Amino acid sequence: MSAGSDNILFEYLLRLGDNCLILSQRLSEWCGHGPVLEEDIALTNVALDLLGQARLWLSYAGEVEGRGRGEDDLAFLRDAREFRNVLLVEQSNADYAFTTARQFYFDAWHSLALSELMRSADVRVAEIAEKAAKEVTYHLQRSSEWVIRLGDGTEESRHRMQTAVDALWSYTGELFEMDEMDRSARERGLGPDWSALRERWMQYVARTFAEATLEIPQGTWMQRGGRHGVHSERLGYILAEMQFLQRAYPGAKW
Amino acid sequence: MSAEFQERIEAGIKIEPKDEMPEGYRNTLIRQISQHAHSEIVGQLPEGNWITRAPTLKRKAILLAKVQDEAGHGLYLYAAVETLGVTREQTIQDLLSGKAKYSSIFNYPTLTWADIGAIGWLVDGAAIINQIPICRCSYGPYARAMVRICKEETFHQRQGFEIMLTLARGTPEQKAMAQDALNRWWWPSLMMHGPPDADSKHSAQSMAWKIKLFSNDELRQKFVDQIAPQADFLGLKIPDPDLKWNPERGHYDFGPIDWNEFYSVIQGNGPCNRERLQARIDAHRQGAWVRDAAAAYAAKQRAKARVA
Amino acid sequence: MSEWPLWEVFIRSMHGLAHKHVGSLHAPDAEMAIRNARDVYTRRNEGVSIWVVRSSDITASSPGDKEALFEPANSKVYRHPTFYEVPDEVENL
Repeated sequence: MSAGSDNILFEYLLRLGDNCLILSQRLSEWCGHGPVLEEDIALTNVALDLLGQARLWLSYAGEVEGRGRGEDDLAFLRDAREFRNVLLVEQSNADYAFTTARQFYFDAWHSLALSELMRSADVRVAEIAEKAAKEVTYHLQRSSEWVIRLGDGTEESRHRMQTAVDALWSYTGELFEMDEMDRSARERGLGPDWSALRERWMQYVARTFAEATLEIPQGTWMQRGGRHGVHSERLGYILAEMQFLQRAYPGAKW
Repeated sequence: MSAEFQERIEAGIKIEPKDEMPEGYRNTLIRQISQHAHSEIVGQLPEGNWITRAPTLKRKAILLAKVQDEAGHGLYLYAAVETLGVTREQTIQDLLSGKAKYSSIFNYPTLTWADIGAIGWLVDGAAIINQIPICRCSYGPYARAMVRICKEETFHQRQGFEIMLTLARGTPEQKAMAQDALNRWWWPSLMMHGPPDADSKHSAQSMAWKIKLFSNDELRQKFVDQIAPQADFLGLKIPDPDLKWNPERGHYDFGPIDWNEFYSVIQGNGPCNRERLQARIDAHRQGAWVRDAAAAYAAKQRAKARVA
Repeated sequence: MSEWPLWEVFIRSMHGLAHKHVGSLHAPDAEMAIRNARDVYTRRNEGVSIWVVRSSDITASSPGDKEALFEPANSKVYRHPTFYEVPDEVENL
């Protein structure tokens, strides 16, 4: 960080931006391989929305940092330990049930998070959140409808969906974690107390699962670390792929 | 009916789904539109191959939107086939079983980022030249789908050219990458307009029916005439020693095309035929339970509504 | 399991205009048909409102009835304003 730059805001923006970037990267793996054409197109729309949001957050992060790094420097030239996304978004696509469960857990949080961030004391944060919130309202409607259809569809789909929501459950705790940085950010009015969102999130998840005839996972152990740069092994592979050209041809313009 | 039908075609009156039409006309349309649809869908794969590796976030967004458009175009075209009485599922089964063909260009691999530029510039460029006349073809649903597709495609070729331009003006390694891509994609792109007029077995009838408005060789010449000066602008060399401007004809002359390669790739011997088809088979198979689940849910909801 | 049904999509491109047929798609139910229509047919700001209707619920006139349905109107030219002679000097008519 350069002298006088705002480390708390910078880190805060990386956390928001990296979530969008890594989830978008995962979703884009589906492009051309979706279960039906309409879904291929719809899922790509979500990937594009998240990519757009990632660019807004990361560009702003670069400005705040004040070292001349832009969105691409931050996306392509940081190593895994410097990424601040939650572990949930880097989990593999696996099957459509995992992809849907991951999206649903994230969208349900993201939608609440953005509605809080729209009231941020930082005007830019509030503006980006407001634009993103409209997109994410749609994402959540979509992923909820799919949770319901796959949950209350066939025997096979219900089994797959239950397996997926169970397997990903332990990655949801991190979304509501409050650390030192979050507390400072909150004191400055940058953003909310994440832990306070958990109850509303839980209510929404419970209501949707009830309609989907899915059982709410019971596990209490929660994985953590992504927001501090301690990721699953998967992130290294995501970055190896994503960053390949920028790493292989340093300094080239594309 | 045949004479009356032909009169109607000559008069430029569009044929619509419920109108009477000769079986040959219907079958030609089904074959051509479904091949076109399959080409869009299979065409997602070589470019999709680079989405996760696009070098900047802006390029990634553009490429995602482009490959998504291709899915959309496939969808519009499958819908046009459905108006002729063949369901999308049947049409897709013909692709997956290997019975139906798709454009053989997509059986070539995308090895470097420059290939994404070359595909946009050359492959989309050739496709646009083939497609624009179809906007005026005699079958209404096909013509309308093509209008929509052509409108959406205008950005596809430009983004490809922009990638090539950036590379051509970049480091020596990048310029070499661009030249290599042009070397590999040039001849397959020329083959996209189809076999020479003399060997094109469906052409004459299709032109009489106004399903096809220009001959393969006419379209190919148009393509070469457009691309050659663009290559000069990029400072890249088209890999054809015989390519030169012919002031008498007012066109570029170009060298002979290796049609043996074309037929061999169509027969299944291209570098990626097997994996392209396998990718479509896998997506369809692995998506079956998802499609079934949504259908089952809808059926349950309908049953509930009846009881209530 | 059978294929998802086919839906016809109608989009109002601007406030004040009528919905216009833009194409079709497959969806398991009406809710998903609306969502898919949004993702497939309004990617470039093409719409402010969407209608979807199952293709099988549309009744279309048959081309065989064309003469009976539409020709009678051909002979009733008096329904068109151009049928009437208006002297050049007369305005606002």
